[in-house]
Amino acid sequence: MNGRAAPWRKGAAVSAALLAVILAAWQWGPQLLGIPSFIVPPLSMVAGEFVHAWRFDHLVLHTGVTVAEVLAGFALGSLLGAFVGYLLGMSPTAEFALSPYILALQIAPKVAFAPLFILWMGFTVYPKILVAILIVFFPVMVNVLTAIQTVDPDLVNLARAFTASRAQIFWKIEFPSSMPPLFAGLRIGSTLAVVGVVVGELVGGNVGLGYLLTFGEGQANTPLVFVSIVMLSIVGGIAYLAVILVERRVLHYVPARSVGGNL
Amino acid sequence: MSVLRLEYRSVTMRFMLPGRALTALREVSFSVRDGEVVALIGPSGCGKSTLLNIGAGLSSPSEGAAFVDGERVEGPNSHVAFMLQKDLLLPWRTVAENAMLGVEIQGMPAAERRRRAQTLLAGFNLAEFADHYPHQLSGGMRQRVALARTLAVDPHVLLLDEPFSALDAQTRMVLQRDLARTLKLAGKTALLITHDLLEAVTLSDRVLVMSGRPGRIIDEIAVDLPGREDPIARRRELRVNDYVARLMDRLDIAHASIEPAGVAP
Repeated sequence: MNGRAAPWRKGAAVSAALLAVILAAWQWGPQLLGIPSFIVPPLSMVAGEFVHAWRFDHLVLHTGVTVAEVLAGFALGSLLGAFVGYLLGMSPTAEFALSPYILALQIAPKVAFAPLFILWMGFTVYPKILVAILIVFFPVMVNVLTAIQTVDPDLVNLARAFTASRAQIFWKIEFPSSMPPLFAGLRIGSTLAVVGVVVGELVGGNVGLGYLLTFGEGQANTPLVFVSIVMLSIVGGIAYLAVILVERRVLHYVPARSVGGNL
Repeated sequence: MSVLRLEYRSVTMRFMLPGRALTALREVSFSVRDGEVVALIGPSGCGKSTLLNIGAGLSSPSEGAAFVDGERVEGPNSHVAFMLQKDLLLPWRTVAENAMLGVEIQGMPAAERRRRAQTLLAGFNLAEFADHYPHQLSGGMRQRVALARTLAVDPHVLLLDEPFSALDAQTRMVLQRDLARTLKLAGKTALLITHDLLEAVTLSDRVLVMSGRPGRIIDEIAVDLPGREDPIARRRELRVNDYVARLMDRLDIAHASIEPAGVAP
């Protein structure tokens, strides 16, 4: 056990040291290189802007709205993706019939739909959620579909030989088999959900971190832009970590090495 | 005259490949009596596994039929259980849950399953591993769990497709003994497909020899040796060598060449 703990601790120490170096470079680097603070504001200035935004610019509200949109988009997008993935995986006919359209939609850049959705639904939260749903849908759907199609046919035959019904084959063999790829898809989806929401907020609206970003840009308030970016990264990071935590519980039977691993 | 548990009546199997039909089995007929263990050997690609799938009701023959307990096999049925070279354990289930997969599918209540699992696993020296996951077990133990899972449904007929060929030689001998004992004790009927001539002779009452494609039964050799329940003791019998030699002759192994890869369907 000690042999395993040592490299982990060493890695964490190096990571922490690296963070300190990056933060220090952020604080003093721009000044040393003669970069003006309206191009790259030093860390302390961004921290000050953070406090200011928290007190006067409704930072909490903007973050909360973005988080809610990310959650809604991620949840609905992955549910829809998983559902369609299982459906197509179990029906080769449906997969054959629908795959060209799905591929076409897959190729289309999803974020380009944002202005369209805003035209349809106005400056509400819905277009942002819709972009997130669309962008989360594909990695989840494709992973689930592939998982169902690559289940060992001998496993299915084993269940069949035990006189399993179609539903039993799905719930006892196919569904659990799809868990690792499903979670791989959810991990990708969790970060993409943030991208989808931010693009929606950048395009139109008056609330959310994406809006705060354009607001800061409009006022040439570079520190506020940085604050927004940092907050967005934190939201994305927490979403990703949440998926990994759930994954570790669900995939507890997988040998310790890989689940979540080093992210 | 004892009861026929498993019977194949002029089973012919053709597969449609792009541009041609491939006959995997031609007019195969044989039967296995109650409590008998019959080994089936033959060159690779002779349709042995196809026979097993037909017996398990997983595929239906082009002509002829298989019968279990006198009833025509129309689809999977609970009197037959099969076991393959792959252990096919589900990684998300514990040993006990894996062993109970069959009876769970067949609707046995959870409480009864737990009791059944306890006695069954104890019989295979797996009791202390009941709550382990497959990745925590060795290959031999995993295959033992697969055997427990096969027997858990209390089948009349076991179809075994090279069940031990992925194991190392010593583990294989131990598991062969476990299987032989279990079959004898429970009085189970089994069809054992194998490439291992020694395994065929030491584990069975009778060995059927199949030809290359299209597969037919070309010989039947009754193994007149004592101790079918103890293959390790049987191995020491000198006459085992005669049987193995005869099987080698029958399969013409001395003159066989290795087929190019990719001919099997």
